[in-house]
Amino acid sequence: MKDSDTLRGDRIPKRVITVLASTGMAIMLFILYFLLREGLPVLRHASLGELLLGSYWYPTYDPPEFGMFPLVVGSLAVTALASLLAVPVSLGLAAFISEVCPRSLREIFKPILEVLGFFPSVVLGFIGMVVIAPWLQERFSILTGLNLMNASILMGIMIVPVVASLAEDAMAAVPKDLRDAAYALGSTRWETISRVVIPSALPGILQACLLGVMRAVGETMVVLMASGGAALVPRSVLDPVRPLTSTIAAEMGETPVGSDHYFSLFFAGILLLVITLGINVAAMWVERRGMRWRG
Amino acid sequence: MKRYLIGTAAVLCGVLLAGAAFAGDLKMNGSTTVLPIAQAAAEKFMASNSDVKITVSGGGSGNGIKALIDGTTDIAMASRPMKDKEKSDAEAKGVKPFEIKVAIDALCAMVHPSNPVSDLSLEQLKEIYMGKIENWKALGGEEKAIAVAGRDTSSGTFGTWEEMVMHGEKVTPKALVTASAGALLQTVAKNPLAIGYDGIAYINDSVKALKVGGVEANAANAKSGAYPLSRFLFLYTNGEPQGDAKAFVDYLLSPEGQKIVEQVGYIPLN
Amino acid sequence: MKTTRRSNGSAHASQGAGTLPEVRAGRVVKDKLVTALLWCTMGGIVLLLGGILTFLSARGAGVLSWDFFLEPPREAMTQGGVYPAIVGTFQLILVSMAFAFPMGVATAVYLVEYARDDFFTRTVRLAIRSLAGVPSVVFGLFGLSFFAVFLGFGPCLLSAGLTLGCLALPIMVGAAESALRSVPQDYRDASYAMGATRWQTIYKVVLPAAFPSILTGGILSVGRVAGETAPIIFTGAAFYAPHVARSLFQEVMALPYHILVLATAGTNIEMTRPIQYGTVLVLLIIVLGTTLIGILWRARLRLKNVR
Repeated sequence: MKDSDTLRGDRIPKRVITVLASTGMAIMLFILYFLLREGLPVLRHASLGELLLGSYWYPTYDPPEFGMFPLVVGSLAVTALASLLAVPVSLGLAAFISEVCPRSLREIFKPILEVLGFFPSVVLGFIGMVVIAPWLQERFSILTGLNLMNASILMGIMIVPVVASLAEDAMAAVPKDLRDAAYALGSTRWETISRVVIPSALPGILQACLLGVMRAVGETMVVLMASGGAALVPRSVLDPVRPLTSTIAAEMGETPVGSDHYFSLFFAGILLLVITLGINVAAMWVERRGMRWRG
Repeated sequence: MKRYLIGTAAVLCGVLLAGAAFAGDLKMNGSTTVLPIAQAAAEKFMASNSDVKITVSGGGSGNGIKALIDGTTDIAMASRPMKDKEKSDAEAKGVKPFEIKVAIDALCAMVHPSNPVSDLSLEQLKEIYMGKIENWKALGGEEKAIAVAGRDTSSGTFGTWEEMVMHGEKVTPKALVTASAGALLQTVAKNPLAIGYDGIAYINDSVKALKVGGVEANAANAKSGAYPLSRFLFLYTNGEPQGDAKAFVDYLLSPEGQKIVEQVGYIPLN
Repeated sequence: MKTTRRSNGSAHASQGAGTLPEVRAGRVVKDKLVTALLWCTMGGIVLLLGGILTFLSARGAGVLSWDFFLEPPREAMTQGGVYPAIVGTFQLILVSMAFAFPMGVATAVYLVEYARDDFFTRTVRLAIRSLAGVPSVVFGLFGLSFFAVFLGFGPCLLSAGLTLGCLALPIMVGAAESALRSVPQDYRDASYAMGATRWQTIYKVVLPAAFPSILTGGILSVGRVAGETAPIIFTGAAFYAPHVARSLFQEVMALPYHILVLATAGTNIEMTRPIQYGTVLVLLIIVLGTTLIGILWRARLRLKNVR
């Protein structure tokens, strides 16, 4: 094996492949570099504290205010509410497909779940505008149906397939011996799921939830179309919000390139990247701990 | 394996060799407010000039002007005049923006049709949006709280409202913020206590447009300047328009083109 | 009582009280309830997906006709079809895959066939994983600042396609990597035993064996790319371009962006509603159709591998 590496005809392909393999790395570095290059100049005009804790987002005023606190809270609120709605459902689905579902039906349900995962977010946002918003407006007699609740429901639908399929993988990977042992001791199926399968698959399930949350933080179209777009700290689930992602998508086109507003939108991009990378790192940490835990 | 690779390469080369821009291409980019006009006019223009191929994209006023400065678009659409920074940027790159007014847009303050209030002064509008006036009673209406609704702070409509009504005062954070003109219209149409504002093109029978300072929002008053909340919509070209761009601009300014402006819902120039 | 506890105790020491049949019955009822609940969850999701699809089909099907597929938008977008948007979507797919497919396969080949556990490999893996988590709107920002502004392509088919390609890269790498890993080691060993070099083995043995699976991965990436909106808003999607783009440096219409602008911009949102439903339906047919083909084909391949 070692010798073949040194054969002449083999060296060039290896180098080419290695160079091509670093494309992903290059893209990631470029993303970091360009976000920082276009995002950091805003710090010349507003301090980090003002950006993160200021509660007024008036980027077009003179003088402008770039308080991103309501935007960050908006992102977190949609993510939290969506996760609250989606995670129990997802874990239920995962448990169902992995433990309860008859084998023949599994071959149908798994693709259905996967197809749901490919549902274009712009279509869900559209549904939020034409179906859920009018319904919420009538049902609760509120000012606008485009709000935190609407966006969270749709976002929940976005992340259910992500969390469910990853959690299902984790549950399916639990050795059959453990289940057999539990059944042999007289456990019912639910007892086996709740006391053997779930604890044993916990790192994988936790990772699934984290990746779902990561998806929710970065999701754009659903919140752009359905969240209402008010840069406010919401006081109820029926208040409109304006998450970071939809702020970028809605405002990038209207701002003069190279203005402070333009820089501040890239700064919002940096915040998003930091949050998602943080969650990603946490997921990797959980994965590594999980491996060690199970041995 | 080889077959796949060669096939892919052939497709790639085909796409790449298709070449750069063709003659007869006209690119327009800019404000979403002007988009409907540009789109409708482009459609009619191409029907009679089939050799010209127009692309209209709506990145927003800032995006369009930036594209003009970078030379990536032929005509920029804007719902506001160019800002000083944009003018100096253009100068630095040797671009001479040429301004063409194509239509008039009037902002209307609107309330629910059942609301007895029908006339407000600019000062009253300002105080409503500042949060100083909180009850319809102070304006001659019922003893009910006002539901103030507006657009998000980055929209061009908000910018115009801020400039023409608020004069530097901040809109109260209690105001309900909507992401689009259509959403704001629906909000006001459904809520008897709401007040909102939209471009005149969006106003329909589901709401009541208010007079401002006794002046009704209509084409005649906007043209004469009597209605205080009107603004021009612009096209910008690099230097005076030439060739296809000139033909298109001339068409838009012709009686036929201005009729399109009216059909789309804005106010023609004359 | 004592026997009860002994027979039951090791598994469930907490449930001491009651006689064996009573305890057992309670647990069985609970089990049945939970099972029913889980069935309902799955049923709910199937109903939800079915409901959404039925609703959209019912509203959109009336608009669909050959003219809708073959005509550009007319009368200020209130009539006509979405032909340029369909073609534009396919052009974007082509450009993005022309980038993501070879790069993704090459990266996977490196990771599976060449990589040692060194710093470079770990960095490549970390980068691909991070890339998978980057929000789509951040890809849009990157595409705008890098392809459109820095490289000077401007907003066009090439910028938008490459931005989508960056987004598809981690998906492609993941699919290609698992495809390569599923090629049995025996194949490689046999090839080496006949004196083939490592590259010959990869090129003549491993890649052909893995190619169908890699292709299904590519099809699934297409499904993802076709439905994305946020990355192309600033990088090359046009509001109205009734003619098919003939070069990489023209802007194109795309179905997802078309849905967004029809639903949020323009002065006649209500009048374009039927077109919006029609466009949504066309996008769904393309995205879900592609995805379904990918999933079914992959399932068949897996079945064949098991045999």
